[in-house]
Amino acid sequence: MSALYELEQVTVRYGARTVLAIDALTIAPGEFLAVVGPSGAGKSTLLRLLCFLERPTSGILRYDGQAWHEPPPLDVRRQVTLVFQRPLLLDATVEQNLAYGLRLRGEPAGERVAAALDQLGLTHLARARARTLSGGELQRVALGRALVLRPRVLLLDEPTANLDPRNVAVIEQAVTALHREHGTTVVLVTHHLHQARRLAARTAVLLDGQLVEVGPTATLLSGQSADWRTRAFVSGEMVY
Amino acid sequence: MDDLLAGLAGALRLLLSGDAGVWEIVLLTLRVSGTALLISAVLGVPAGVVLALRSFPGQRLVTTVIYTGMGLPPVVAGLVVYLLLSRSGPLGDLGWLFTPRAMVVAQVLISLPLVVGLTMSAVEGITPELRLQLRALGATERQIAQAILWEARAGMLVALVAGFGSIISEVGAVLLVGGNIERSTRVLTTAIVLETRKGAFDQALALGFVLVGLTFVLNALALRLRGALLHPAG
Ligand SMILES: Nc1ncnc2c1ncn2[C@@H]1O[C@H](COP(=O)(O)OP(=O)(O)OP(=O)(O)O)[C@@H](O)[C@H]1O
Ligand SMILES: [Mg+2]
Repeated sequence: MSALYELEQVTVRYGARTVLAIDALTIAPGEFLAVVGPSGAGKSTLLRLLCFLERPTSGILRYDGQAWHEPPPLDVRRQVTLVFQRPLLLDATVEQNLAYGLRLRGEPAGERVAAALDQLGLTHLARARARTLSGGELQRVALGRALVLRPRVLLLDEPTANLDPRNVAVIEQAVTALHREHGTTVVLVTHHLHQARRLAARTAVLLDGQLVEVGPTATLLSGQSADWRTRAFVSGEMVY
Repeated sequence: MDDLLAGLAGALRLLLSGDAGVWEIVLLTLRVSGTALLISAVLGVPAGVVLALRSFPGQRLVTTVIYTGMGLPPVVAGLVVYLLLSRSGPLGDLGWLFTPRAMVVAQVLISLPLVVGLTMSAVEGITPELRLQLRALGATERQIAQAILWEARAGMLVALVAGFGSIISEVGAVLLVGGNIERSTRVLTTAIVLETRKGAFDQALALGFVLVGLTFVLNALALRLRGALLHPAG
């Protein structure tokens, strides 16, 4: 099976600072990849790159067999969606926020939105205005807004940060369901190594903008990695 | 205190007496300032949005000019328009000086920078990250701009209210370029100046109350509109 994403010698620089330098990374269609690494490692930057929100300063980003130096046309761009680290909703109701992406595409929203509301436990808040929501509710709406699109690629930037275990479970279930039922490719940035273990078959470790290792989650995160940097990171994270 | 009450009573009497002269002045005031605001809105809102969302060479200079314009003394704006429209001026052939058109031009010059500048800051107040998030959801540039406009709607309304406030109560510029000609270019502010000069303080005060009342009503309407925009029913 050919790769969905291929990154070759990709760098992202802000001014003189290189925040991302990835020699090679491939992501297969339909896979569930976790990305872990300390704060400032470049995880969010990588997701913005994969979502075509940012261009590599150098190197090649291939999506679906084609190298994209400029952002791709709308129909390609719309195959990929990203749920940001900080949930930013429109000043509208929960329902309207969930329908936003579908409305942009001129697609009917009613059923899918109702299903997402139900799945994420938000039905009673359908008419509530976004600015009145709690942190956990905001995060669920932000995720739901992406789920209803049934994207080919779903990029998630710490979707369960600061959430209680029940909300974490709701979100994990929703993402897993989409992944299983629609073969969605998922790239999940997370600080919870246990979450990576629960969800992702493969994990990439980013340190200081460098891709240290990519491999089966079980091996990498059980402390048996061949790379001492991964072992050091994993043992450090496990303290928490 | 008695003077003020008398003024208020006088204002009511003026309006209710069916004094055609007063109504004429009120209507002209609304027409001139309303037209000026409309022009400022049509030009200024898109300009403010573009300045906030796009970057281009010379942007800093343009922004500085706009900020300067926001603090431009109205009488200087009036002077500029006067020189432009005077018979020997570059636009003298239009024959607009001492007509309501000249007053509209001067008021546009006064309110446009306010509308542009305040629209700009309203849009800039929307975090740039939201634009990226909308793009990630599949929005086109145009759809992003639409959403940002909606998010910034309260601030943009403030821009229009401030623009209107700056011209309806302005006297120096309209006096210069309009000339305060009875039944032609006399508006509330210039009428007040005239009555005061004549020593007709009751009349001046009454007109003052009419002006304040008018501004009050218009602001109350704007506030209702703001409420409707921020808390749409359903
Ligand atoms: N637009 C920008 N301009 C300059 N520096 C930036 C920009 N965006 C990110 N950076 C820097 O790039 C580095 C990587 O940022 P990034 O957000 O990708 O890290 P992260 O791994 O997602 O961190 P966290 O876990 O804290 O979210 C950081 O040091 C950040 O300060
Ligand atoms: Mg991040």
